[in-house]
Amino acid sequence: MIATRGRGTLSPSRVIVYLLLFSAAIFYLIPLYVMLVTGFKAFDEVSLQTMWQLPRALSFDNFIEAYRNLAPSMWNSFRLVIPAAFISSLVGSMNGYILSKWRFRGSEILFPLLLFGMFIPYQSIMIPLTQFMRTIGLYGGIPGLILVHVVYGIPITTLIFRNYYANLPNEILESARIDGAGFMSIYWYVVLPLSIPSFVVVLIWQFTQSWNDFLFAVILTSSSSWPVTVALNNMAGSQIIAWNVQMAGSFIAALPTLAVYVFLGRYFVRGLMAGALKG
Amino acid sequence: MSIQTVHPTAVSIPQPTKKPRKLPDRDTLLGILFLTPSVIAIGIFVYGFIGWSLRVSMSTWKGLTPDYTWAGMSNYAALMQDPRFHIDIRNTVIFTVLFVAGCLFLGLGLAILLDQGIRGEGFFRSLYLFPMAISFIVTGVVWRWLMNPAQGSRMSGLNLLFSELGLDFLVNQWYTTPTFGMAAIAIPAVWQMSGFTMALYLGGLRAIPDSLREAARVDGASEFQLYRYHILPLMRPITLSALIILGHTSLKVFDLVVAIAGKQVALDVPATYMWTTTYDGNFFARGATIGIVMLLSVAVLVIPYLFYSLRNEAEL
Repeated sequence: MIATRGRGTLSPSRVIVYLLLFSAAIFYLIPLYVMLVTGFKAFDEVSLQTMWQLPRALSFDNFIEAYRNLAPSMWNSFRLVIPAAFISSLVGSMNGYILSKWRFRGSEILFPLLLFGMFIPYQSIMIPLTQFMRTIGLYGGIPGLILVHVVYGIPITTLIFRNYYANLPNEILESARIDGAGFMSIYWYVVLPLSIPSFVVVLIWQFTQSWNDFLFAVILTSSSSWPVTVALNNMAGSQIIAWNVQMAGSFIAALPTLAVYVFLGRYFVRGLMAGALKG
Repeated sequence: MSIQTVHPTAVSIPQPTKKPRKLPDRDTLLGILFLTPSVIAIGIFVYGFIGWSLRVSMSTWKGLTPDYTWAGMSNYAALMQDPRFHIDIRNTVIFTVLFVAGCLFLGLGLAILLDQGIRGEGFFRSLYLFPMAISFIVTGVVWRWLMNPAQGSRMSGLNLLFSELGLDFLVNQWYTTPTFGMAAIAIPAVWQMSGFTMALYLGGLRAIPDSLREAARVDGASEFQLYRYHILPLMRPITLSALIILGHTSLKVFDLVVAIAGKQVALDVPATYMWTTTYDGNFFARGATIGIVMLLSVAVLVIPYLFYSLRNEAEL
């Protein structure tokens, strides 16, 4: 940010620095390049031998074909992630408010116990989870998957909001209390209006996490409710759908979260860093 | 190391509506009341289900109908003798070592490069970090094609690129390499998560006061010595965090392996074994056993880290 060291001079060591940075950039861009270059070729131009070459003319054959295959599951994904993200952030906000501003005896023990839930390998709860979802009749569909994402999202959403609220000066709450405000009115009139940045962070985080999830989806949904990750994986595993359509499909499946990253990357990175338990 | 993330912005206090003053105790009770649903949910979905899995792992449940006949530790003993689980351990070790080392080296290297006051830093940083926004499934599907092992006229992907660039010595069998095929799967994993490691280190480098750099330079330290003796030692807590995060991710790796390797036994890991044995083989007792073993391996890493992080926070 402030770093002004050496800016402007182009010594040999600077050249090496930029060369290394550009080489790394190529490494990160290769998959994106292949997805786009392949996607924009016409069907008759696609061949393994020329897969690294740019298309001669822009064509949307692959994207159209991939979208035809993935459209139902894309909509399933949206129907899944939008409610999941909103419910998660409301729950996380309330929990974070309580655990930062209304601590009670035992809340310091409760918090790490909640947090542990975000590190567990879900294989260790998978069999009971399937049985339980069958018992309560939420197995196979999207509402069940929303519930699962909300519940397993509690640790991270609570953590992000709690850390944010911990930085709100207690004096604000105190003065609101002197004015006669209680638990709910402080939350509603004082804390919530100040929480917009955290809401953006948590909404984006839960949107991305639930969009990208594969494990819960593959185990808890039946084919008509598959989100796009499961559909894409099946598409890639089938012999019928050509590799070029798979590349285009991968791009389509990545597009919503990529768009969020491009436009709201700063907030996404905050969520990412919160998950590492450090700031 | 604190776990604070964001800072409050300027504050204006809206006038709260006038209400009779409540006793603080009542508000605390309300807090507990509103927290209860989450506590119950985590109690059931995390701790209750872990206990239930533990019980299944000590049963003889094989087949579609639950069977809780007591089997003690026999499933664990059988798993340790299982040749397929030995493959899983081998693959997890190969994957973890390469993935963690790759992310740490690339992440630290890129962070140091980006810390040199370069033009377009924000651009490079966003570019290195974008794979974190996409799913392991997308990553896996694309890299499976990039790492296509076909040779001769069917050659494609990176092998074709190497061949066209005259780098034929780089042409290889990728994930179909005997014994070490798992190493190829670590490449897309590094691609996906090294940017995240870079961001962790860059945050750490930015927290170092300029006065430290100045002092070292005044003492005559070269750039190399500055990093080697003054800056890198300060990065240890970040390396620890990164090790825990990357390590526990690699113990759980699932999506990426499924997208690249499907259900090949040669590229099996505990998570895929758990999946196939439970949902294809209906061997629920073994699936639960694998799940619990995975949980223990992750818990050994994460629990001390959780307490370390939270204790440091409490001292602030």
